[in-house]
Amino acid sequence: MRDARGNIRRPIGARLWLSGGWLTLLALAAICAPLIAPKDPLMQDLFLGRMPPFWMEGAEPGYLLGTDSLGRDVLSRILYGARLALVVALVAGTLTCVAGATLGLVSGFYRGWPDRIISRFVDIWMAFPPVLFAILLIAVLGPGLLSIIIAIVIIDWTRFARVIRAEAMSQGAMDYVASAQVAGRTRFGTMLAEILPNVLPTIVALLTLEMGIAVIVEAILSFVNLSISTDSPTWGGMISEGRTSVHQAWWVLVFPLITLFLTVLSFSQLGEGLKDRFDPVLR
Amino acid sequence: MIYEIRDLHLSLPDMTRKPLLGATPRIEILKGLSFDVPKGAVLGIVGGSGSGKSTLGRAMLRLLEPTGGQIKFKGIDITHMNENQLRGMRQQFQMIFQDPMSSLNPRRRVGGIIAGPLRLHGVENLPAKVNEALDMVGLPTTFARRYPHELSGGQRQRVGIARAIALRPDFILADEIVSGLDVSSQAQVLNLLADLVRELGLSLAFISHDLSVIRRLCSRVLILHKGEIVEEGETTELFESPKAAYTKELLAAIPLPDPYQKWDV
Repeated sequence: MRDARGNIRRPIGARLWLSGGWLTLLALAAICAPLIAPKDPLMQDLFLGRMPPFWMEGAEPGYLLGTDSLGRDVLSRILYGARLALVVALVAGTLTCVAGATLGLVSGFYRGWPDRIISRFVDIWMAFPPVLFAILLIAVLGPGLLSIIIAIVIIDWTRFARVIRAEAMSQGAMDYVASAQVAGRTRFGTMLAEILPNVLPTIVALLTLEMGIAVIVEAILSFVNLSISTDSPTWGGMISEGRTSVHQAWWVLVFPLITLFLTVLSFSQLGEGLKDRFDPVLR
Repeated sequence: MIYEIRDLHLSLPDMTRKPLLGATPRIEILKGLSFDVPKGAVLGIVGGSGSGKSTLGRAMLRLLEPTGGQIKFKGIDITHMNENQLRGMRQQFQMIFQDPMSSLNPRRRVGGIIAGPLRLHGVENLPAKVNEALDMVGLPTTFARRYPHELSGGQRQRVGIARAIALRPDFILADEIVSGLDVSSQAQVLNLLADLVRELGLSLAFISHDLSVIRRLCSRVLILHKGEIVEEGETTELFESPKAAYTKELLAAIPLPDPYQKWDV
């Protein structure tokens, strides 16, 4: 018997193409930054300060997107900044996801006392203002890449725990869970083999969203000078530096801002797109 | 005897009446049921909604733990066994669920759904067993590669039956398995179940609110009302001369093809 449904191929869709394309481009830029960056991102030249981008009057050849007030190349700094942004997005996003989703899954599926303990923790955690909490954490841990990642994981796991708990609860009430028990599957086995595949699309969507959020958090921390040390370029650092000279040299602020915006948008759109493709019912 | 059930009580916490502080009051759902399921019997369990028929079924399969009384399965007391003790026995009593959309994991293919329980009980040669089970319920073996949402309601319920019989249990509980199907699929699924029960020599408990379905399938009937057995007997006898008032009410509610014609069984 031919399976007619199996033959329908759904187009990947503009959303997935555009967001995936931008992120791929960014990943390539991050990996090849030393090869493709036109200038050293740290090289200062005070004679070439605040040069406008290439299409404007008085642009300096070789500096495509202009220079900042210390004469550093904006394009090169954006390319190098992508490295840090992507590392934070991938590592912090994934760790947050694993920690939060595991706790959410356990509390939503097992209910009872594990749920009471984890849920109380989530409630307490969410009562802290996140930015203040992050600043406090970094102040204790000291600035640096590792501190940023730890701060993001510690603050944002609740986002996953909440959503996955609710999802696991509703899946746990389905008859296929009872039927796994009838078949003699252990509770733990049921959680991994039956529940997890059903909450996976939500986990994927949240994970990509969290990657976008991680990029933003890093930018926020740069803004208050608590990110990585100033000699490694970050988008957040560039935005906060550009802010002071926005009337004289808007490009120093605007280009990293656009890059950040597109990146965060792409992450969230990628998640939505992947969620749809992951779902055999929608596929 | 497959099942010997004596004075079965079951109560569940009533969350709607949970006070702010203190213990949740319990609501008594099964109030002392006693009956047997002989080997090879097809027992119908009938009752209106809220009569406790599904709870009784879940207690028999030990998805719920009784609060009193005793359940013996093939002479073994399973009333208060824990999940680890039950696991080795679960192969022998299986269940077909009411809603196949909810009881089949939407992210597994039909083949995986049927193979899952087999794998847990260490059955070998899985693909052949899956094909055999599909064959027995009258589905083409190519369906093993499909997802549940790609099947019709009747086909899904056949998958539910295939999963239950693949383990070759001694007893199957069917909980309202045709109430979500249209009339022609109902007839097909019921005929299939009747054939399988005969072929495999299974014992079956068939929960339903639909007396005409029970009448076709079951040799014995148990009428449940508000957690108590109001009447029990041979199907033909019970349909001909019902004794309890509630049974008479139920029988009077069956729509007749010709309202002027009386039931003749």
